[in-house]
Amino acid sequence: MPRQFTPKVVTANRLLEGDAVWFTAQDTWSTDIADAELMTDEAHADLRLLQAQGQADVIAGAYLADAKEGDNGPEPTHFREAFRTRGPSNYAHGKQEQNHV
Amino acid sequence: MYNYNDFDEAFVRERVAQFRGQVERRIDGSLTEDEFKPLRLMNGLYLQLHAYMLRVAIPYGTLNSAQMDRLAHLAETYDKGYGHFTTRQNIQYNWPALKDVPDMLSDLADVGMHAIQTSGNTIRNVTADHFAGAAKDEVADPRPIAELLRQWSTDHPEFQFLPRKFKIAVTGADNDRAVIRAHDIGLQLLDQDGQPGVRVIVGGGLGRTPMIGKVLRDFLPLEDLLPYTEAVVSVWNRLGRRDNKYKARIKITVHEHGIDEISKRVEDRFAAIKPSFSGVDQDMLRDIEAQFAAPAFRNAETDLFDRAYAADPLFRSWADTNLTDHKADGYAIVSISLKKHGATPGDATADQMRVMADLARQFGHDELRISHEQNVILPHVHKSDLPAIYKILRANDLATANIGLASDIIACPGMDYCALATARSIPIAQQIAERVDALKIEHDVGEMKIKISGCINACGHHHVGHIGILGLDRAGVENYQITLGGDATQDAAIGERAGPGFAYDEIVPAIERLMLGYLDLRVDEGETFIQTYRRLGAAPFKAILYPQEAKSHAA
Ligand code: SF4
Repeated sequence: MPRQFTPKVVTANRLLEGDAVWFTAQDTWSTDIADAELMTDEAHADLRLLQAQGQADVIAGAYLADAKEGDNGPEPTHFREAFRTRGPSNYAHGKQEQNHV
Repeated sequence: MYNYNDFDEAFVRERVAQFRGQVERRIDGSLTEDEFKPLRLMNGLYLQLHAYMLRVAIPYGTLNSAQMDRLAHLAETYDKGYGHFTTRQNIQYNWPALKDVPDMLSDLADVGMHAIQTSGNTIRNVTADHFAGAAKDEVADPRPIAELLRQWSTDHPEFQFLPRKFKIAVTGADNDRAVIRAHDIGLQLLDQDGQPGVRVIVGGGLGRTPMIGKVLRDFLPLEDLLPYTEAVVSVWNRLGRRDNKYKARIKITVHEHGIDEISKRVEDRFAAIKPSFSGVDQDMLRDIEAQFAAPAFRNAETDLFDRAYAADPLFRSWADTNLTDHKADGYAIVSISLKKHGATPGDATADQMRVMADLARQFGHDELRISHEQNVILPHVHKSDLPAIYKILRANDLATANIGLASDIIACPGMDYCALATARSIPIAQQIAERVDALKIEHDVGEMKIKISGCINACGHHHVGHIGILGLDRAGVENYQITLGGDATQDAAIGERAGPGFAYDEIVPAIERLMLGYLDLRVDEGETFIQTYRRLGAAPFKAILYPQEAKSHAA
């Protein structure tokens, strides 16, 4: 039985900085997953992934990641993706650092 | 210390220039990521969870103060002020921007360093005993051989597209501090009635299918080392499986074909290629050996040391734990712990790197080493300088007296950085270290090797930890599997899985139970954890880990 499609966002790393970014409905990249386009249709998600991968001069390594609708927009469902929204746990580096300044 | 000759220098410069062009072309869009990725990996540049990561080789773990200063400079200029020393005697920078990497490589080239073959299906950075050239128990310094292998393997045309990566480790002592039995090829230098030779061990490795290497040749005359190694790699290059990346390492080839068959093929191949080695390699080796000549050790009194040792309990505790016997009278090997309780194993700030560089310059014949256990070594220190060194280390948070103890944990970057990780390792290491410190038990527990990996690739060597911890993703939750009884030394053993895994908040209490339980089980203070484990087997330790189950079995 094919697995049921779960909602997804397109995520990647920015080409120059290497930090995690998410693909918005406006074809731009945001450092905040809440700005991402949440996709519930598999065919649409695959198409958006291709479009995202087309922006090879902006990002690298785009893929589909599970997400869910939260109060302010999409939220990660898996801990790996949650870490990517924050940064490492041993230092306040990465996104958590930027959010504090 | 090996100094680059003109050839090395030109080669590294050319690689930096090439890579600079490749980065430019990637940034302006003329290279796609698919095209660029293999190129950046050839230069040690990874794309991780939060940023790029640059892995710089510290060949056989040896560096001088100028090189250490340069590592500090990189940390400060292009990163967030620190670097991470790894189990492969590399340093990793976790936050470089893509455009800066060519400058980083160029800065490294100024001091004879690079990031070549720290990645990809090549022969990787050759590692060695971190006490090389200093240890009292050493038969021969393994670094000249490691350097010879480095020169031979770097850009070797036959070995740029191997079935998989290939790792070589060399030791020159019976006591194996380089984990040679967990490498594709492990070499141990020997001396047989004055004839130098090598024991060749093949097919060890950790990862998904951990194996202890097997002896391929018990004594190979030293002069045959290169043709013989080339024969091994070439047999594997032919037989090795390229269809399945998990079966591609030589350990699987050895396992599938059997050591006898491999040995036969290697000997055939060796006989065929040996005549083509004209002996130039032996001349090269002589030159290299000259560059690794021992420094001029001085003859001096050690009473400054003796007095501090008698008077200062903190110094005494540090000296008892962090010093190792040196081959020269009046000298000691200093291990500087990068495992302060609660800190990230293997991390050093730029300031700390400079302090260590200064110490090497001032007191240590300008030599430093990086251990696979993620600590820094001052290999040649006269004992009379130890009180002064200790004072400086203390002032810089580098005087933790825990070498070889429970908080001297190996931990890979895990899911705090690594894109391949299935769980975090660093916070587990931090919490265990903090816990043993709070309980004040680590000196009582004594020698204990805890090793943590954030995925099955086993960069944290968990299989060969007395206590190994493997972080996994179980149905979307971090879960930690314990292995017991592993050993990374000459008595190498793969640890045995203890049972079901533990949740993130259960793993540290489980490790604590193991330590306290061991204190009850040991015969006396002289029996280490691993000895107790070997004497009693896994059962009592499993009972400690899973008290519920033990109870229900009894009921
Ligand atoms: S063991 Fe896994 S998680 Fe840890 S550094 Fe290696 S690949 Fe990454």
